[in-house]
Amino acid sequence: MKRIVILDYGLGNLRSVQKGLEHVGSSPAISGDPGEILAADGLILPGVGAFVDAMKCLDPIKGTIEEYARSGKPMLGICLGQQVLMSSSEEGKLTDGLNLIPGKVLRFPKSELKVPHVGWNNIKIKQDHPLFEGIPDNSFVYFVHSYYVDTASENTLASCNYGLDFSASVVNSKGNVMGTQFHPEKSGAIGLKILKNFIDMC
Amino acid sequence: MLTKRIIPCLDVTLDRAGGCVVKGVEFVDLKEAGDPVELAKRYNEEGADELVFLDITASAQGRKTMIDVIERTADEVFIPLTIGGGINSIDAIRQILRAGADKVSVNTSAVKNPDFIKESSDIFGAQCIVTAIDCKRNTDIKNNPDKTILELEDGTPAWYEVVIYGGREATGIDAVQWARRAEELGSGEILLTSMDRDGTCAGYDLPITKKLSEELDIPIIASGGVGNPQHIYEGFSIGKADAALAASIFHFREYSIKEVKEYLREREIPVRL
Repeated sequence: MKRIVILDYGLGNLRSVQKGLEHVGSSPAISGDPGEILAADGLILPGVGAFVDAMKCLDPIKGTIEEYARSGKPMLGICLGQQVLMSSSEEGKLTDGLNLIPGKVLRFPKSELKVPHVGWNNIKIKQDHPLFEGIPDNSFVYFVHSYYVDTASENTLASCNYGLDFSASVVNSKGNVMGTQFHPEKSGAIGLKILKNFIDMC
Repeated sequence: MLTKRIIPCLDVTLDRAGGCVVKGVEFVDLKEAGDPVELAKRYNEEGADELVFLDITASAQGRKTMIDVIERTADEVFIPLTIGGGINSIDAIRQILRAGADKVSVNTSAVKNPDFIKESSDIFGAQCIVTAIDCKRNTDIKNNPDKTILELEDGTPAWYEVVIYGGREATGIDAVQWARRAEELGSGEILLTSMDRDGTCAGYDLPITKKLSEELDIPIIASGGVGNPQHIYEGFSIGKADAALAASIFHFREYSIKEVKEYLREREIPVRL
């Protein structure tokens, strides 16, 4: 059995992610212990809440996450967990992220569109990658966020449009550090398939 | 494109083992139509975008059963789940989220103590906190100069008064002003129910739905009064709502969620099908 760790850094609703992973045949551990993180075959960074708070909570284990990412083993950030993978965010005050993937986190500009972006929106798959294996282009997934990731096309696995095109899923150059802005654990069968794909990569 | 959400609402009474969905099912076999987890699964398969459970018992014993219902639902249904009904403490929210729910809706407790919205939003994030607003039309505008006056369908001027305790108590609070405040305090969404329409099958209360949808920057979920797919269409096209909540038309199997979505798509409302 592959060892999947859901990173517990004091934020976010870990339960949904855990149930989603269990549904696709994994039995993940919830842990913030550096030893357990480094021993994992797959690491998940969940997260809801504010960027600044998340980075504060991540500070003690930042080095561990960086070491894990360098190992080449798969890791997946979800929602705010994707945003913290990036270089910086303008949420609150300009704050450095983990910088595992180059790019910025920006607020949706003022427009007639409501912020947060809440609900089911379709994604355009931009690259062949095992995370999106078997996922049809234009699939609907569930989003809830006020900030979005702006990164280069080579770091974008899938995009979504809400007033502007943004990165709905990101990847580093090595291909092992991934993120989704949407919640796969809340995106029905499509989301579960994406979680299954992640487990298969581990 | 962001789609409009269709949200079945299950009113759950927890006085019997396992819980039971009650609203609109008086005339059908309670046992068959009544298991909340089974109904949740069915709606998920039919293409519901989210689910709402309203605990209409809200007793201490009921709360425990609700946790069990949430856990069993979250084991099998992987779409957003909102829980409402009598939620009045941070601890209650924590338990509900831990059981597998994604959002809570707060109503009476927020009217009585608006800081509860801020406190819970600061702890759990705005995306978790739905403020449910129950309101009632009030045509006494002479004695209420400070209220937001809207025009009803027949041209009558009226304001909308917030009611609490399931509609049993009027508060004198203007619904538009309260909604704006709830947004400022950190609500992620507003669940708007007009007591004039709830249970009537006469359609959503469009004047107040439209006003809040245009006025606020957060999504508005229209609720109360749906009798057919056209009502849902009007909630989106005229009421400008972001999501539509309905109960009895789905429980009775008058329309499936898929049928409603097909109806909407033919009329160019974006839906997830």
